[in-house]
Amino acid sequence: MKLRFTALATLVLLAVMTLPLAAQDLASFEKRVTVKTLPNGLTVLILRRPEAPVFSFFTLVDAGSAQDPLSQTGLAHMMEHMAFKGTPDIGTTNYAEEKIALAKVEQTYAAYEAERVKRVGRDPQKLEQLKKEWQDAIAAADKFVIKNQFGEIVESHGGVGMNAGTSYDDTSYMYSMPSNMIELWAAIESDRFANPVMREFYKERNVVMEERRMRTDSNPTGRLIEQFLGTAFAANPYHRPTVGYASDLQSFSATDALEFFHRYYESSNMVIALVGDLDPAQVMPIVEKYFAQLPAKPKPEEVTTVEPPQNSVREVKMRDQAQPIYVEGYHRPSYLDPDDAVYDAITDIMSNGRTSRMFRSLVRDQKIAAAAAGFSGFPGTKYAHLFAFYGVPLPGHTNQEMQKAIQEQIAKLKSQDVTDDELQMFKTRTKADLIRGLASNEGLAQQLAIYQTRYGDWRELFRYLDKVDKVTKTDIRRVANKAFQDNNRTIGSIETVMDPAAAGRGTN
Amino acid sequence: MRTQKSLFVQILFSFVLLAAGLGTAQPIPWNKLTFPPLPAFHPQQPTRIQLANGMVIFLQPDHELPLISVTARIRGGSISEPASKVGLVGLYGEVWRTGGSKTKTGDQMDDFLEARAAKVETGDGSDSTTISLNCLKADFEPVFDMYLDLLRNPEFRGDKLELAKQQMYTGIARRNDEVSSIVGRVSADLAYGKDNPYARDEEYATVFAVQREDLLSWHQQYVYPNNIILGISGDFDPTTMEAKLRQTFDSWPKGPPTKDPDIKFTPPKPGYYLVQKTDVNQSTVSMLDLGILRNNPDYFAVSVMNEIFGGGFSSRLFNNVRSAKGLAYSVGGGVGTSFSHPGMTNIEMQTKSDTTVVGIQALYEEIDKMQQRAPDVDELKRAKDQILNSFIFRFDSPGKVLREKMAYEFYHYPLDFLEHYRSEIDKVTADQVTQVARKYIQKEKLSVLVVGNDAEFDKPLSGLGPVTKVDISIPPPPKALMEQMGQQGPGGQN
Repeated sequence: MKLRFTALATLVLLAVMTLPLAAQDLASFEKRVTVKTLPNGLTVLILRRPEAPVFSFFTLVDAGSAQDPLSQTGLAHMMEHMAFKGTPDIGTTNYAEEKIALAKVEQTYAAYEAERVKRVGRDPQKLEQLKKEWQDAIAAADKFVIKNQFGEIVESHGGVGMNAGTSYDDTSYMYSMPSNMIELWAAIESDRFANPVMREFYKERNVVMEERRMRTDSNPTGRLIEQFLGTAFAANPYHRPTVGYASDLQSFSATDALEFFHRYYESSNMVIALVGDLDPAQVMPIVEKYFAQLPAKPKPEEVTTVEPPQNSVREVKMRDQAQPIYVEGYHRPSYLDPDDAVYDAITDIMSNGRTSRMFRSLVRDQKIAAAAAGFSGFPGTKYAHLFAFYGVPLPGHTNQEMQKAIQEQIAKLKSQDVTDDELQMFKTRTKADLIRGLASNEGLAQQLAIYQTRYGDWRELFRYLDKVDKVTKTDIRRVANKAFQDNNRTIGSIETVMDPAAAGRGTN
Repeated sequence: MRTQKSLFVQILFSFVLLAAGLGTAQPIPWNKLTFPPLPAFHPQQPTRIQLANGMVIFLQPDHELPLISVTARIRGGSISEPASKVGLVGLYGEVWRTGGSKTKTGDQMDDFLEARAAKVETGDGSDSTTISLNCLKADFEPVFDMYLDLLRNPEFRGDKLELAKQQMYTGIARRNDEVSSIVGRVSADLAYGKDNPYARDEEYATVFAVQREDLLSWHQQYVYPNNIILGISGDFDPTTMEAKLRQTFDSWPKGPPTKDPDIKFTPPKPGYYLVQKTDVNQSTVSMLDLGILRNNPDYFAVSVMNEIFGGGFSSRLFNNVRSAKGLAYSVGGGVGTSFSHPGMTNIEMQTKSDTTVVGIQALYEEIDKMQQRAPDVDELKRAKDQILNSFIFRFDSPGKVLREKMAYEFYHYPLDFLEHYRSEIDKVTADQVTQVARKYIQKEKLSVLVVGNDAEFDKPLSGLGPVTKVDISIPPPPKALMEQMGQQGPGGQN
C-alpha cells in the first residue's frame, strides 16, 4: 500500500538526523488530532493546523467498484455522481411534488426496462410507448430541479477543489473552505449523506457514458487497461471496470443506486477527516449535531471471494492505432500482508527517480525505453492485487525488448541482494516524503481518513515506518522470488496497426 | 433475507437515535445559517531584495517543517528559440540537470541527491527556464552548493543530450495516440497560428538539429543575475540567509540585457476544422480565439463572466450542457488570460460521435444567451461570491504568496496586483459582463476544432459551414536520423 506517511515519520527522521523541532514531535501531533466515533458509528477526525483560516475535509466511504453488484458495474461510481444532486432541501423548488414525480420516473423506467430486456416476445411498439412514458415522466420531474445547487452552495461560500473519486476500493469526497463556513459544511455534507435524492439520474447516466467514452473507449491506454485487468483477475471484482460496462450503464436504475447507497453508505462504513484552522472543542459538537441524523446500521458484508492462484501465463495483445506499450503484472496479497513494506521497497528501488534500476537499465544504459517502472497497488490495494512493470519503447524498439529487459531486472532482483545504498535510499526517501506530506490540509485529511479506514487507527501511519526500517535485503529477495513467477504473470501490450479496419476501437 | 434483517436493524436503530436526539441542539437548514466573519488574516509577505547586479531575491521564511526550497526563474524561453530548432529550450531544461556540471556528472548528482531525498531540478517554459531545489534543512549546505555549481558551471554532456532527444522523438511518435494530445496541439495552432512561437511543435528535424553548442550558448546568453528572480522559502533564519545569498551572488557580474521576440498575434481564421480519428466513439469540440492580457482593464469583468459561463460546478455550461442535456462529461471554458500575451479563448466539450453537431449547437446556444441576457442579480452575486469567498486560497500558504509575488515581479506587474483584485471584482456590473461576452466571444469569429470519427457524426459538419481537414500526420525524420533509428524507423504513422 503506497501512500504518503506523516507525523511519527517526522519524529523518527528527526531522531535519526538529530534535528530539534519540538512542534513536530509525536506528542504534539497526537494532541492536535481528536478522534470520535459517534453513536451511529461514524468516525470523525479533526486535526488542528492553524496556518491560515481555512480547512479541508476528506470523507471516505469504504465501498468502491469492487462492491458493484453483478450486472450493475459502474454503480458505485454512479452513486458518487449522484451525491452531487442534492437532497429534499437542496436542488428542488418543491420536494413534495418532485418526490411523487421521481417515483413515477422509476415506475415507468421499470416497465420500459422489463420490456426492453425481454429475450423472447419483445413488442417494439409497446417498447416505444413505454419509453415515451418514461421520458415524459423525466420531463415532469425535471421541472422541480434547481440545477447543481449543491455545488453552487459550496462554491459561492468559497469552497475550492470540490471533487469526488471512485476507485475499486473506496469512494471519497473532498473540498476546502474558509474556516468560518464549518457549520455550513456540516449542514450540507450531513444532509448529502442522510437524505440523497436521485434526481436527474438518467441524464447523469449519459454523462457517465461520456466519461467512459473519454477514459476507456477513445483512449488506447484505457482500452488496454480494461482488457488487461479483465484477464489478470478472474474471481475478484478487480476484473471489472470501475466506470462500468456500457450495457450495465444503460440498464441500472435510480432504485438500484439508492439500494447501493443504503447498503454501503453506512455511518459505520464512513470516516471523515477535517484538517485546518479548527478548534476541535468547538467543531466536534457541530459535527455531532449535524451528522447524528445519519442512521446507524451494521457494517456491510465484506467481499469474501479470494482470487485463486493464477497457475498459467495469460496474455492480452491489442492491435491498435497507437504506438507500442508493454506491461506485465504479478499477483500479490492485499495491503494487510506482513510483507507490504517489502513490496514498497521493491517499488522504490526499481522505479523511484533517476537512480532506479528500471530507469538506469532500460532508459539510460540499454537506450530502448522512454520510460520504465514497476509499481504495486494495481488496480487497488484492499484485496490481493498486482505488482506491475511497464516499458514504453523508444521509436524503433519493440515490446519484445521491453519484456526481455524487464525480466532480466526481475531475475537480478531474485538472484542477488540489492545494495546497502539502495536499501538505505528507500528508507531515507520514505521518511522525507512523510515530512513533505505534512504541508497541506488536503493531503493530511486524505491520509488520516485512509489510515483510519484501512487499519482502524490513524496512528498506523506511524507504525508503517517501523515496518520500513525492518525491511532487509533478504526480505526483498524472498518476496521477489515468491511473487515474480512465470505462472503468476499476465502480459498486456499494444502492437501498432495503422489500418483502421484491422485495429481495435471503442464501442458505441 | 439479508435485506430484511438489515432493514429491521435500521428501524431499531432509528428509534434509539430518536430517543438520544431529544434535548440536543437541532441542526439548522443550510439556508438559515449565519456565518461569523472570517478572522482577519494577513499572510506573511516575502522580503524583496535587489542586488547591485540586478538579481531579485525574495525571502519567505516558514518554520512549519524542516525543509528549504529554492526556485530561480530566468528570463528567456522557447518563444525565443529559432524556428529551425524548436525543442531546443525543452532539451536545455532537461539536460541542464541530467548533463551535470563541469566537475560532477548528472549521474553522480543523482546518487548524491537521492541518498538525501533531496531534489535539484531544472525546467523550461515558453518565456523562462527554472532551476530549483528542495531538501531537508540539515542538508541545505551541500545541496545548495550543488545547485550553485549547476547554475554557474553546467556541462550539458552529450550522452544526456542524446537521451533527452530520444525521449522527445518518442513524444513526437506518440503524439497522435491520444485525443487530448491532438486537441492540445491543434488548438494552439488554430488560435495562435501554426508558426507562432506559442504554438509551434517540435518535429524530428528540429530536435535533430539541436547540438550541445546550442545549449551552452543559450546558457551563456540568458543566465545572468539581471535575468534572474530567485525565491527561497522554508526553515531558515532570514538575516543569516540574506547575508549568505548576498555573499554568494554579489560578485556575479551583470550580463547583457535580453529581450523577448516581438510576436504578432492575428485572430484565427473562422470556420470548422476537422481532425479525423477512426478509433474513437467520442468527439472533442474546441471553439477557439485569441484571449486577453491580464493587465487589460476588462480582466475583472472577464473573470466574472468566465465564472458564470464556464467555470466550476455551477456554471451555465456545466448546468445546461452536462446536467440538463447529458451531452458531456467534460465541458467548460471561457476567455483566456495571460500575463504577457493574449491567452487562449477555448470553449471545449467532449460528446459521443452521434451528438457532435447537437453538441456544437448547444455550445452556440449558451454563447448566444451569454450575449443576449445579462446575468440576474443572484447569478452575478453567486459568481462574485465564488471568486471573493475563495480568494483566501490564493494566499493560504507562505509558498503560494511567494509564487504569486515572483510572477508579478517576472511580468512587471505591480506587486500589490492581488490587493486590488477584490475591490475590482466587487465593482463588476451585470452590463459589463454582457459587454465582455459580446466583445470577446463572437460565434462568427471562432475557429471550431472537431477531433472525432466523422463517419459516425449525427450530421455532417459541412452543414454548419465550410470545413477544413487538418492534416496531423507526422513529418518523417530526416534521413540521417532514420538511419540512426535503424530499419524500423519511428513506427507507424497516423
